Order: sequence, then C-alpha cells, then structure tokens
Amino acid sequence: MFRYILRRLGYGLLILIGVNLLTFFLFFTVNTPDDMARLNIGGKRITQEQIDKWKAERGYDRPLYFNEQAQGSEKVTRTVLWERSVSLMLLDFGRSDSARSTDIGHEVATRMGVSLQLALPLFLLQLIVSVSFSLGLVYFRHSRIDFWGVVLCVLMLSISSLFYIIVGQYFFSRVLRLVPISGFAAGLDAVRFLALPVFLSLLARLGGEARLYRAMFLEEIGRDYVRTARAKGLGESVVLFRHVLKNALIPIITSAGAYLPYVFMGSLVFESFFGIPGLGAFVIEAISGQDFAIVRTMVFLGAALYIASNVLIDIAYTWVDPRVRLS
Amino acid sequence: MIPFKFVVLWTDVALWTLFAAIAGYAIRVARHDNLRATWRRVLRDTPALCAAGVLLLFVGVTLIDSVHFRRALPAAEGQAPGKVFYDTRTESLLDLVLARQIAMREVSYSAPLGYLAITKQSVERDGQALREYPRLVHGGAHLADPASKWQADVWQRSLGGAAAGLAAALLAALGTTTLLARSHGGVGGAARAILADRTSYPVRALLVTTTLLFVCAGAVIALMGHYHVFGTDRTGNDVLVLTLKSIRTAFVIGMLSTLATLPIAVVLGILAGWYRGWVDEVVQYLYTTLSSVPNVLLIAACVLMVQVALDKHPEWFETGAERADLKVFLLCVILGATGWATLCRLVRAETLKLRELEFVQAATAFGVPPTRIMARHLLPNVLHLVLITTVLNFSDLILYEAVLTYVGVGVDPSTSSFGGMINLARSEMSRDPVVWWSFAAAFGFMVALVLSANLFADGVRDAFDPRARALRPRLAVRKPAAGG
Repeated sequence: MFRYILRRLGYGLLILIGVNLLTFFLFFTVNTPDDMARLNIGGKRITQEQIDKWKAERGYDRPLYFNEQAQGSEKVTRTVLWERSVSLMLLDFGRSDSARSTDIGHEVATRMGVSLQLALPLFLLQLIVSVSFSLGLVYFRHSRIDFWGVVLCVLMLSISSLFYIIVGQYFFSRVLRLVPISGFAAGLDAVRFLALPVFLSLLARLGGEARLYRAMFLEEIGRDYVRTARAKGLGESVVLFRHVLKNALIPIITSAGAYLPYVFMGSLVFESFFGIPGLGAFVIEAISGQDFAIVRTMVFLGAALYIASNVLIDIAYTWVDPRVRLS
Repeated sequence: MIPFKFVVLWTDVALWTLFAAIAGYAIRVARHDNLRATWRRVLRDTPALCAAGVLLLFVGVTLIDSVHFRRALPAAEGQAPGKVFYDTRTESLLDLVLARQIAMREVSYSAPLGYLAITKQSVERDGQALREYPRLVHGGAHLADPASKWQADVWQRSLGGAAAGLAAALLAALGTTTLLARSHGGVGGAARAILADRTSYPVRALLVTTTLLFVCAGAVIALMGHYHVFGTDRTGNDVLVLTLKSIRTAFVIGMLSTLATLPIAVVLGILAGWYRGWVDEVVQYLYTTLSSVPNVLLIAACVLMVQVALDKHPEWFETGAERADLKVFLLCVILGATGWATLCRLVRAETLKLRELEFVQAATAFGVPPTRIMARHLLPNVLHLVLITTVLNFSDLILYEAVLTYVGVGVDPSTSSFGGMINLARSEMSRDPVVWWSFAAAFGFMVALVLSANLFADGVRDAFDPRARALRPRLAVRKPAAGG
C-alpha cells in the first residue's frame, strides 16, 4: 500500500508539472510581462523605466521560456518559467503582482482558516443531511413519499444556486433580520455570519446529492445480501442502516470526496456573495484583477488538493471495504 | 434592391447546423427499428413527453431569434447611387415579432402591469409643485383614468387572451383526437381513451401541458401590447423581451458547449480504448491534468485570454453584436475544451469493453483496418453515451452560465442572459422599493427551461440505459396500454 501511495504521489507530481505548464502557457500567450506591468502599475503615463523596475522586482525581467544569452543549462534555468515553476513546486508562492504586492503564502494560510470554518461544517452536514434524506426516500420506496421526494429533488436541482442565495439573503437577512447580510467576524461570532451560507449551500446541493445517493442505495438494495438479511428476519431499518448504508459507502465516498478540494478552496460564489474573506473570494478578486501570481498559485493548490483527495479517497476505500487492496 | 441584409453570426450557423443534425438524426431514428423503439420509450414517459412539449416552445423562440439581419438606411443626400448603408443595429426575427414591446421603452423601473413609475418625481400642476409617481410613457397609456379602469382593463385583457389560448388548445386537442380516431374506433373512442389515459403515449398529460401553456401565453400576449407584463428594468426595457432573448443564450451555451466537447472526447476516448498502451497513458494524463485544475479558474484564464485577443483586433467585427456573439461562441468553445474529461473517460471505458466483443474481433480477423473499425464499429456503439451526456449536460451548463457571468467571465454584458439578469437582480433586491420582477421573470423562465431539460434528460437516460430505469420512483405499476 505504501508503494502504491508513493506511485500515486509521483504521478501527481507529473500532473502538477503539466498543470503548471498549462497555466503558464495560457497566460503568457496573450499577456507579455510588459502588459502585466502596465496593468498593475496603473495610470496613463508609464515610462519604460518603471516597467523595467516592476519586472525586476518581481523577477519577470528574464525571457519567458528560453534564454538565448545564457550558457549551457542556464539557457533553460535562467527563464521566468523555470524560476517561477521551481519556487512554486517548493511551495514558495512569492508576492502577488498587484501594487499592494501581498505575500501570497501568508494570505493563503489566513484565508484557508476562514474557508475551512465555512466548508468543513458544510461538508459534514451535507453528508449527513443528504444521506439521511435519501435513506428516508429509500425506506418509503414505491410510495407517495418517495415519488414526491424525487419530484422535489428534481425541482430543487433545477434551481440555480444563485437563486437560493439571493432569495435566502433577502428573506432571512432583510425581511426577518435573523442574521447579518454579509461579512465575517473571528471567533464565536462567526457562527452568526456562517449560519446562512451553510444553510443555503445545503439546500442548493441537496436535490442533486439526494437523488444520486438514492440511486446508489437502490442499486445496493437489489443485491443478494439484502435478501439474505431479510430472510433472516431482520427489520427494514436494520437492513437499511447496517447493511445497505455500509455497502453503499464506497460510491458515497467517491462522490463526496470529489468535493474535498472545495472544502479547502472555499466555495467561490458563496464566499463572495456573503463577503467571507476566504480563498474562494480571493480567487474571484484575483480573476477580476488579472493577478497572475495569485491565479497560478490557486490553480496549483487546487490541483494539488485534487490529487491529495484522490489518494485519500483510495485509502478510505480500504477502511470501509477490507476486500479492497491498493496495489 | 433588398432593404436589408442577412447577418450570419457564428452562433447562428452553429445552432442551425445543430438543428439540421438533429433533424438528420430523427430521419435515422425513423429508419432504424431499434432506435425507434428506444425513442418511443422516451416519449411514452409522461414527464419526458410534457417536457419535450415545453422544450419545443423554447426551441421555437431560439430559432426565430437566430435569424439576424440589418436594415438598409434610407439613402442620404449626396450619397453615391447604388451604395447602401446598413443600420448598425443587428435585429433578429424575434425582434420583429416583439417590435412593439421593444419600442415601448420607459424611463426606468416599473412594476409588472404597472401604469406608474416606482419612484416619485417633482411635477408642476396648476402652479403647484407636487411629488407624485409619474405615469409611464407606454405602460397603461391607453387608459384615460387608470385609477378606476386599470383593474377591469387588466382582467378583461388577460381573460380574453386566456380564452383565446383555451380555444387554441381545444383545437389542438380536437386535432389530436381525430389523428387518433382511426386506431381507437372513431372520434368518440379516441376521446374516451385520451380522457381515461388509455392511449399508448401519454396524450392526456401532453394536452394538459399544452393547454396550460396556451392559456398563459394567450394572457401574456393579450396584455403585452399595452402593459409591461413583467415590468421594466433600470433602463426601462421590457423585462419580458429580455427574458425571451435570454432563452437563445441559454440554448447556445447549453448545446454548443457539449457539442464542442464531442470531437475531442470521442476521438481521444476511442483512440485510448482501442490502442491502449502509451496512447492510453497520454490520453489519461491529459484528462487527469485537465480535471485536476479547478474548473472555474481554468475557464477564467481562457476567457481572459480570449478577451485580450478580441480587444486587440477590433477590425474583426462590423458591429458590436458580432463581437458579443463571437464572445459567446468562444465561451462555448472554451467550456468544451475544458470540459471533455468526463465524456472521454466514459468513451474510453466503453471502447475497452467493446474491443473484446465478438463483432469487433470478427472485423479484426477479416482484416478490416483499425480506422475503419473505429469509425464503423466502435463509434456507432458509443453514440448512446454521447447522447445521454449531451442531454444531461444541457441543464447543468445553463446553470453554470449564471455562475460564470456572476464571476465575470461569462457572456458579454450586452448579450441578454439569465446570468446577467440574476447578476443585476442582486443589487435590485436591495433597493427600496424592492425590484423583484426581473429576478422573478428570470427565475420562472430559467426553472421552466432547466426543469423540462432535466425531465427530458431523465427520460432519455432511462430509455437508453436499462439500469437507470429500475431506479425510477413509481407510484404503481402502469397498466398496459390498450389500443395503438
């Protein structure tokens, strides 16, 4: 198993290199470092000196891919691509390109805490609510409750998450004045600010997830071991919770695990709508400000988390199903 | 001399080609017993059939909104003869249909069916300065004394329109009954069969859906000549027009994006599954890399790239509409280029399975070249995956467009889209008085579109994937259909 994980991580490294090349290439086919300098310094009259200074400060003053003037292996290493990629791989994110030039590593560390406060409770609640809702539907299968429950799910998943946010904010914050509209505070106060986004996010995803889990449970319920359990005279709830739930864990882990990167990266839309200063909001700011250093770091982090969560999912398989061997 | 010239937009071409392809597929279905049986199963599914009815209406709107032209300007003095200049405004057939509503432009916000603006203004009357809600320029302008006549007028018009809609629906029902008359032993028998839901297709449900649609549409059509049925937005444009124009954008994004994924996903998937070995490794590496990047970030990067390219080349476009249209088109291409991983994975797995089956083995034994095997034997057998993915993706993409537009990497602000409307609604909902109508209109139309797309997609999936059929919620076993 150790060797398997090692191999997966090695493959992950390859993918990270690919991702890094991809973002670099995408960004610099249209923007030259000079364009970036002009955009970030701002103002109308910018002298070439200013641009050169900006580039030198941030290390964009070398050729992008290939250095003609250097000698030997330095032809490749003394380039923007090489230097930036190496520092990124060593988790040294550097400073942002904007005029404020914040330390990205520091920013990511503080914002990740905020994102986790929103996403971790959400992730757990999501799992509990969706699984219990769909198990309820399965318990009442082929009855009116199941039918209308599925109708409700389809209706809910046909509504854009933006609608939930706008209506929820209007209703709970403006009309009922239960919680603040947006913002964030540290410590216990955070609960007041996080309650609404967590609740709305739960609602927005419930339809799709519950329907998916219901399908997984129904697939399991047709298996032989369920018939055996029933033949032994076990009650329906024991069959569902002890047998079916345990066996459906593998597909559930697969689909829930796909959300793991977002637990750390934060939900883009929810964070920016509710003014929560997490990583998701950071990304949106970076996109609108065209801050390449931040975008690249976040792409890198996102990809790394994706790879890590895939390995975690594989390990989780071995916990829930002893028959699974990683090799 | 023709007083207008056609403008061929990128998305128009793509949409018309797509609908032509769908028509071609329909002919293919009609010729193949197998496919015909499967599609019959789709149409026998009550929600899917009703959803198809609603979708057809949306498709109709999309199609008439996809014929664009520019009017010729009247010749100015001193202009060289024979040379015609065209209006900078690009119009579509839908704009012609809605010409009156587009011309009914107010100053600013107004409530649905309102005849007053929603903010007070100072007016001078009889030498006195008063603060009052001014009358709208067009909405309810035909009423001499709106305070007393307004309610009656609105009721009269909407009921009249609804009655006309009902009459049209009854005509449609009558037509359907006569069509079914032969197989049910006369018109009476057919009518009884429909009422008792004993027809082989769920005709009753379809007729109920069309009746509802016709009645609503009738009422709206009767009202929209004199009122703003869904109110007006900040610049005084009729919200109904905006929502109708948004339908096309939703369709373009929903259909063309999946279409753009197909060539990459299918070709790479089949190649990887057929050749295995290093080809497979490379393809897997590509899609794993692509899917490990957070989707929104990747799309944002691509959209920014396209944006810069478009800004650098203003000479590519004659009008702003062409520019906005190319942006939508490129957004679809980007969504396709970044979203092919899932389908590719499915196609690869299916090909791996297919290549071991007897008919492929036989083809190999007969010495059929690999390219021919892939094109003639593998491709047709993975097409059902393509179809299922396309219909399932459609609604997701429409929802996704709203999010992308919110993030700022969606369609051009000048293109009306549901995402843009929701985006504006965010600030409108915090105004006083609350401007809820454009949000509500976008909500209603978007839910109708996405819901019917979802229901239709479920029907298609159930028909093509027997495993999914077992998972449907059922109230009771449907009685076997009688008659033909």
